[in-house]
Amino acid sequence: MKRTRKPGITRRSTLALMGAGAASLAAPWVARAQAKTIKIGMPTILSGRVAQLGTSSRNAVMLEVEKVNAAGGLAGRQIEMVIRDSKGQPQEAARIARELVNTDGCEMLLDGEASSGSFAVHEVARDLGVLCIHTCSEASSLTADPKQHIPNAFRCVRQGIHDSIVGAGYAAGIAKAKGLKKWATCSPDYAYGRDTTGEFVLYLKKFAPDVEIISESWPKLFQPDYTEVVTKILQAKPQALYSCLWGGDLTSYIDQANIYAMFTQMEVFAVNMADYTALTVVKNLPKGIHSGDRYIKTFPPTPENAAWGDAYKAKYNEYPTNWSWQNATAVMFLNEAVKKANSTDGKKVAEALTGLTIKCPFGADGTVTMRADDHTLVGYAIGWGTTIPQEPYVPDVKAGDWKTIFELEAEWKKSKGYT
Amino acid sequence: MDLDALASCLASPACLVTQTTSGLIIGMLLFLVAVGLTLIFGVLKVVNFSHGAFYMFGAYFAMTAYQFTGSFALAILSGAVGTAILGLIFERVFMSRVYGRDVLMQLLVCYAFVLIFDDVVRMIWGPEFRSMGMPAAFQVPPLFIAGGVVPPYYLLLIGVALAAAVVLGLALARSRIGKVIRAAAHNPGMVSALGINTGLIYGGVFALGGMLAGLAGALAAPVRSLTPGMGFSVLIESFIVTVIGGMGSILGALIGALLIGLIRSFGSLGFPLFTEGLMYLFMVIVLVSRPTGLFGKEVA
Repeated sequence: MKRTRKPGITRRSTLALMGAGAASLAAPWVARAQAKTIKIGMPTILSGRVAQLGTSSRNAVMLEVEKVNAAGGLAGRQIEMVIRDSKGQPQEAARIARELVNTDGCEMLLDGEASSGSFAVHEVARDLGVLCIHTCSEASSLTADPKQHIPNAFRCVRQGIHDSIVGAGYAAGIAKAKGLKKWATCSPDYAYGRDTTGEFVLYLKKFAPDVEIISESWPKLFQPDYTEVVTKILQAKPQALYSCLWGGDLTSYIDQANIYAMFTQMEVFAVNMADYTALTVVKNLPKGIHSGDRYIKTFPPTPENAAWGDAYKAKYNEYPTNWSWQNATAVMFLNEAVKKANSTDGKKVAEALTGLTIKCPFGADGTVTMRADDHTLVGYAIGWGTTIPQEPYVPDVKAGDWKTIFELEAEWKKSKGYT
Repeated sequence: MDLDALASCLASPACLVTQTTSGLIIGMLLFLVAVGLTLIFGVLKVVNFSHGAFYMFGAYFAMTAYQFTGSFALAILSGAVGTAILGLIFERVFMSRVYGRDVLMQLLVCYAFVLIFDDVVRMIWGPEFRSMGMPAAFQVPPLFIAGGVVPPYYLLLIGVALAAAVVLGLALARSRIGKVIRAAAHNPGMVSALGINTGLIYGGVFALGGMLAGLAGALAAPVRSLTPGMGFSVLIESFIVTVIGGMGSILGALIGALLIGLIRSFGSLGFPLFTEGLMYLFMVIVLVSRPTGLFGKEVA
């Protein structure tokens, strides 16, 4: 019997139809995949004495993420922040970071905790290969030490070495003018405290060779009582004191030092004082404490910075902190890097981030740069001034010079064997 | 190690005054927390691991009362009375159910409440650290005694803690209620058989312990930042004090607290990087030589 081909649906056309059907069925999935939200994990400190800083980090991130999402998201993908409390514990920060990537499906990590935990999160980023932007750790070695370097990790934070160069230059000027030769130090006993204090002293002695450190105190992080430290410093009778205590530790210390009238007995240089976290919490803020700027809306003295500070205050009914601007800047960097890469792929975004310069309200000249050779932030506004007990708290900030910072930082890196 | 600094301090009256006062301040605050802990253990035979939370609540109650009234006296009173009421409720509703149970069960219940209390504080007062501020009356220059620096507020703090120690010691030794408490600690069955409500005694002792920790928190509030979880480090040091002094001994708590205060104060000069370690080392030495602590009684 002769097989005749029936008119109508052929095998070829059936396959074509099936293919078209499958394609049409798959189209929404493909579309969904392209429009799928991008999850960004954020292990940060939301409880304990540093919780205010962690909360302010989250607030700043959400403020910027809302802007990015309203403008269409990262390469068309809406950002979904997955934020977890690390409680300020390194092992918990590392565990959470790993869980955010492996279990929650986060494609990037933001924040990475304070210096006490950032090195642990850094190792997780190294292990998982996920894009990580540290936004809180100021310990210089995190990015300056080549052993720590990984292509997928960046640090969008002011740095201890930068602060120390500018602060020491400022302090040396006052030391020379007032004859302050005997100095004491009092800083928290962990990576940031040790590194930053060592760097400050290094440059203080470089700029004012007569200076001598006659007393050192290293209270542990989150220590509740500083009485023994305060009296030890008073016994040493220094003419000036440097401290990089911060947050609740700094306010506790000031409250306890205040009743010993410490601030009338010596010049105090507390690098972390000029942040609203400390400025607004200390009830009896002594006049005349020298401090580096952390976040204040009057420095850099630009309309963009003031507007950002006001927008934050309008939304959260409090002023932002040093961690706020750093986290906000990280989201700005991510947004620009994704635009440049035209992709949300971690590797491509990392490549785009390297050496990227963006417009930013916190830049010394209106821009900040993610330096290519060590993946760290440069060009941000940095300066020192003296406190008064009411707004604007630090009325006159003397800006640091980035040319000097770069020169001395390069020397420092060489001396540490980093280059 | 800086033994020269320690030696020169011991030879200087000014330094001796400053460091001794500093040691007394640390010690007396610790004593107030530790004595509540040791009292509760002595009478109720419970290792109250949640005791640090009462110190925390005392500080927060005081800060809130000070914000609303501007009265420092009311702030201190609120810290003490508030935690006494809280202690009574906590004991009647929860702790009374685990008396005589395995010590592990008691510890677990207490630890669960450490976390719960921290979260309660976080919900009410927020997670960020807070500062009460020094009352205007104490915003005065420090006193200089023999060249040593002594802040007037710390004199008040030492005075209040010493008064609490004396009143507590006398009340337990001389008053009828004190005798009943001591009897309940020694033989609760006999006290109960005599028609005395032991539940009331237990509740009262727990409330008293909570009140003393709350008083310490309220007194510390003007000079320490307040944060959820702030009771934990105080609790650890208080345990060290009670262990050194002997669990259940009020005199032991006083001596232990003062020794720890002085070790910290002078240790910070001679052993600046080993101040914490000195405290633990001292505890080890005491326990090796006297396993029941300095004033603890041998258990038959």
